[in-house]
Amino acid sequence: MANPEELVTVPLHAVAHGRAGDKGNRLNVSVIAYIPEAYALLAAQVTPERVLALFAHRRAAKVTRYDLPLLHAFNFVIDDVLEGGVNGSLNLDGHGKTNSFRLLSLPVEVPRQMVRSPAGKTAS
Amino acid sequence: MFRIGNGAGFSGDRIDAPGPVVDTLIARGGPAAIFFEVLGERTVALAQLEKRRDPARGFEPMLERLLEPILEKCARHGISIIGNFGAANPTGAARAISRLAGRLGLESLRIGVVEGDDIREQVDIAKLEVYEADAALDQGGSEIVSANAYLNAQPIVEALRARAQIVVTGRCGDPSLALAPLIHHYGWAEDDWAHLALGSAVGHLLECGSQVTGGVYYDPGYKDIPDPANIGFPIAEVGADGRMVITKAEGTGGVVNLQVVKEQLIYEVHDPANYITPDVTLDFSGVSLRQDGTDRVEVLGVRGKPAPERLKATVCFEGGWLGEGEISVAGPNCLARAKSIAEVLLERLRRRQLKVQARVDLIGIASVHDDDSGTLWRSYAGPEPADIRVRLAVAGAAQDEVDQAAREVLALLCCGPAGSGGARWRTTQRIRTQSYLVPRASVHPRVSVKPAGEWR
Repeated sequence: MANPEELVTVPLHAVAHGRAGDKGNRLNVSVIAYIPEAYALLAAQVTPERVLALFAHRRAAKVTRYDLPLLHAFNFVIDDVLEGGVNGSLNLDGHGKTNSFRLLSLPVEVPRQMVRSPAGKTAS
Repeated sequence: MFRIGNGAGFSGDRIDAPGPVVDTLIARGGPAAIFFEVLGERTVALAQLEKRRDPARGFEPMLERLLEPILEKCARHGISIIGNFGAANPTGAARAISRLAGRLGLESLRIGVVEGDDIREQVDIAKLEVYEADAALDQGGSEIVSANAYLNAQPIVEALRARAQIVVTGRCGDPSLALAPLIHHYGWAEDDWAHLALGSAVGHLLECGSQVTGGVYYDPGYKDIPDPANIGFPIAEVGADGRMVITKAEGTGGVVNLQVVKEQLIYEVHDPANYITPDVTLDFSGVSLRQDGTDRVEVLGVRGKPAPERLKATVCFEGGWLGEGEISVAGPNCLARAKSIAEVLLERLRRRQLKVQARVDLIGIASVHDDDSGTLWRSYAGPEPADIRVRLAVAGAAQDEVDQAAREVLALLCCGPAGSGGARWRTTQRIRTQSYLVPRASVHPRVSVKPAGEWR
């Protein structure tokens, strides 16, 4: 058996879920830890700087992170990332709704026991 | 306890959703209401364009289909209906409801209409302060199609006090649609920030319909829900003591659990401690959730602060034209053929000197996550997929140039690389939006309530 404490690098999607919404040319993406124990690790690793880098090719101007510790959640507000927003964009997804999964592709390093397997259960 | 259900989260939502919500409200008994939120940021502008073509239209096109299965039941059981079905023509929507009521034998149904959100006549848009999230957009003096302030819940409350059984609005705060029947039932004061926050949080969580019961949530293997083809729409229970529970229609699919409620609580929120509505400023920073049995989540710790001094108004401008064309390639060497199509299309636009802004996507390689210059698909180094769809998108001020540019995709049926097929193209008018802050004193809501027979 693999050591459950061993650190593994996985996409954020394996330890958190989230949802994207838009207002004008501003996108918000929530990132919510599946288990409370992962929250502090994500707070240290899912920084505004790393999120800004993920959206650099779309010339995102600024990322602000709001922390919601009671919900084990973060709210990332990403400015000027929608290349005109739903009304001006040439992107098929003008609302930016698919971008939650761009953020959930960010690599994070967590103990193996925190990783959610596709069976829908936390691996042990 | 008061129960409020949601019957639609946007224009285009499932039209069979309201039925089970109303049946559940009736089965549980007690005072109740159902609300419909069908106005996206651009919907009023699109409705204005429709009204220009036909003055009798310009309201929610699915209005009758949404209401026909529930109108008689709601009237019989005293369930109020509130909806922003009015779009650019609330009176037109009231007439349509009146005709439907006539067909259903509900001549005495009291229909209320809230107007006054359209501020084009009384406000000089150029003198308003731009709402902060929009400051980067430049509208370049384009023609105004619509300008609507977000009204608060009070005009709807006024209509309910005048014994309206169904209230039709144009633009108002989305949460206000749910807050209004709660104010009416409990008699909350206009500066009772704690209760207004509670009711507005109900509206915020429910206004996107199934998004709080499993829609936009399920992710097979990670977040599964029962019967995603029949997600039940949400119902909130609000007690006189301020207890709030989110649940959903009986006998339906979907879930109400901590995860889905967290996602919707933060949806389209910026600073969670300052979520601004026309009725109250909400503070979600102290919110906690508790699972209260199957498909029941209690929401605790919502706080309220005074409402903003000014109202938000969204102005829609004519935004030129969008052209889109798509064509497919598949099988061996499809990646090279797709890249060739992309380069040829951009070269064709240059040669013809068409005045358009252009973008190409390689759907199957990179599209929705890419930028306009194609950074992701140009740098793609992974395996070749079985199938790629190439999409050209162009925007410009002149309809003909945009159309000519989009038709370049069609020409590839004969002039393109080997094995290209399935071309489609279309050109559509664009709307651009900009939000402003408008003084409350410049906005004058109007309320009228009459029996169905008097609206015709």
